[in-house]
Amino acid sequence: MLDAFGHPQSALVLGGTSDIATALLGALVADRCRTVVLAGRDDGRLRAAAARLADAGATSVETVTFDATRPEDADRVVARCLAAAGGQVDLAVMAVGRLDQPRRDGLDPADVAAVATVNFAWPAAALASLAGHLCEQGQGRIVVLSSVAGVRVRPANFPYGAAKRGIDAFALALADEVAGSGVSVHVVRPGFVHSKMTAGRRAAPFAVTPAEVAEAVRRGIERDERIIWVPGFLRWVFVGMRLLPPALWRRLPA
Amino acid sequence: MSSGEGGRPLAEIIELPDAQARSEANLRGPARVPRPTARRRRPTACQPASTRVLSGWGRTAPSVATVVRPADGRQVLELLARASEPSDGTPGSGSHPSQLAPAGRIIARGLGRSYGDAAQRAGGLVVDTSALDSLGPIDPDRGLVEVGSGVGLDALIRHALPKGWFVPVTPGTRHVTVGGAVAADVHGKNHHLEGSFCSHVAEIALATPTGMHVVGPDGAPEEAALFWATAGGMGLTGVVVSATVRLVPVETSWMLVDTERFDDLDTLMATMEASDDRYRYSVAWVDCSARRGPLGRSVLTRGDHAPRAALGTGRRGRRAVALASPSGLRVPLPAPSRLVNSHIVRAFNEAWFRRAPRHQTAALQPLDAFFYPLDGLGDWNLLYGRAGFVQYQFAVGPDGGELVRRAIQSTTEAGAPSSLAVLKRFGPSDPGPLSFPIAGWTLALDFPVGPPGLPGVLDRLDEMVAEAGGRVYLAKDARLRPELLGAMYPRAAELLAARLSVDPTLSLGSDLSRRLGLDDLGRPGDDDPGPGGGLAGA
Repeated sequence: MLDAFGHPQSALVLGGTSDIATALLGALVADRCRTVVLAGRDDGRLRAAAARLADAGATSVETVTFDATRPEDADRVVARCLAAAGGQVDLAVMAVGRLDQPRRDGLDPADVAAVATVNFAWPAAALASLAGHLCEQGQGRIVVLSSVAGVRVRPANFPYGAAKRGIDAFALALADEVAGSGVSVHVVRPGFVHSKMTAGRRAAPFAVTPAEVAEAVRRGIERDERIIWVPGFLRWVFVGMRLLPPALWRRLPA
Repeated sequence: MSSGEGGRPLAEIIELPDAQARSEANLRGPARVPRPTARRRRPTACQPASTRVLSGWGRTAPSVATVVRPADGRQVLELLARASEPSDGTPGSGSHPSQLAPAGRIIARGLGRSYGDAAQRAGGLVVDTSALDSLGPIDPDRGLVEVGSGVGLDALIRHALPKGWFVPVTPGTRHVTVGGAVAADVHGKNHHLEGSFCSHVAEIALATPTGMHVVGPDGAPEEAALFWATAGGMGLTGVVVSATVRLVPVETSWMLVDTERFDDLDTLMATMEASDDRYRYSVAWVDCSARRGPLGRSVLTRGDHAPRAALGTGRRGRRAVALASPSGLRVPLPAPSRLVNSHIVRAFNEAWFRRAPRHQTAALQPLDAFFYPLDGLGDWNLLYGRAGFVQYQFAVGPDGGELVRRAIQSTTEAGAPSSLAVLKRFGPSDPGPLSFPIAGWTLALDFPVGPPGLPGVLDRLDEMVAEAGGRVYLAKDARLRPELLGAMYPRAAELLAARLSVDPTLSLGSDLSRRLGLDDLGRPGDDDPGPGGGLAGA
């Protein structure tokens, strides 16, 4: 169950080997989370992450593999994950996502399709399934890792940004949909995060570490914040960004 | 109970609105986001069931449950019988997560004054006891009265006081039900001499999945065991339908009160140790927000019921047993989140301290002002805003004075000073295995949710309390870790044994029992990896 501060005793992470997910779970297990389900693509890495969490004090850690390019399976994957958690879960984290390929000339339609599927179609289907299960259990929190890339989509990575914008909007609408059902949805909008996903890319200003994102998410859940910006002042930076005329926006350094 | 009856759907036992019947049906189908309907409506007699968001008085950790309002004990029994059936489901749907959910689907709820998650069950069935409101005649010799579990102490006091009787034990609010007072085995300002509520209960009628049990402390051993397991058992043994309470005689509705002000905690505690036993009622308020001066300036109020002779023959004498009508003042909406901030708290505490006389003896005070200072303002919990608040109350042995000091100090240092602190001495423990009091000290602290250091400092406090052989009060808890429960309540297994004797499938359960692992303690197969074990890495 969630306690008075929204701290979970059980957590499910879809995209369980992402650096942000790893940092968040580390903090949750150090607190009072004892049941963890990690779902992801790579079985070996999932098992390694599960072993670390078990060492850190989790009493039940299960892993589930899935393929995020197949949104039609999302409902079944979610059901499997919940079963692995013992039927119920206090906190579900949606951390599925990938960046688009760096491009030299033109867009690759196949890559655009894959990015849209992995960042939007699969997470949206899974969130719909999760919300249904959590509403039925009468309590729960859903955290969706979005990105500032979706707040105003930049030319540099717009297939990714556009898909993130989609899942961000979907999650916020879902938050309204489930209001009053005992379930809440929190959207996390980090800036540039130093992680596996962004390795080799040039860091944007105000870059943060996965641990900082994890701490912000924990505080955001505690305070029941609907949108969690990391770092917090990006909220105000993007008020300005949204107002920039397109001619200036295009010229911003990538 | 015939087993055939248990198979009836809820809608046949109690009339359900259509929407509810549909969502019942949905439980077996694929999960869908329901359109929430009519969540805030209080169930009425003709439309008794609805889905509602429930939380405790602290307004934290809300969860949604179906609320039913049975009209009598028979309907309670039917609800329990239905909830205790194994969740068979339809063939082929055995993998549906809701069917793997842990046991514990039903819990009773009175006036919702437990601070935490004791009277709610996420996704389950909550029995609203407000229709179990019978008030029996008072036996003029012994003061025994049989009342329905949904009767509030307020109604019981209004019933009894004009006839010269008062409740034997009362918490700091009269807006608790008799059922809740039994389930939490509540204590009052007279615990150091007279014990907690259930020590003054002659008998209860307890509805369980295996039928109605009428048990009391003087019955056969297994009956007494069930009675004491229910005393402080947080509603987990069954639904209390009625209780026979032993009232105490009073001559007036006035109190004779001695008040003393102290500038530091040590003098206060020394005074309480030295002379509390001369007073029937005793409680101290401690200021945790003062910036200067020694820790723990405080106001100690102690007293007893005023005899008629103390009132004289004036207006007071004529209105010897009058009880003030409720003020009607209410907090209308959750306050903006920063209303109960440190400045307001400090100003309030300052005023409270200065208002109290430095030393005053035998002052006449109306009974409700003495026992229920906070009841004057309805829904005062809304002052803490949307995020709510937690109350932290622990009991510790007579040597626990240092822990009392450290609790106040550490929370203040963590940037989360308690807005209200109440210190009292407890008498010997009561017989219930989960009854809270321990002879010694008890300190209750209120904290608005919000300061980042609060959760951690309370976790550390839990460890210190457990190490000192103390415990936290489950009726107020919303955040204890399950790992510490066994150390704080070493007899918790007795509760489980009593539960299993009347509820073999453990169909009774609350968010609290699940959070604290009360449903698993000592159960066979505890080390079972669980139903998800085979799915790892599938």
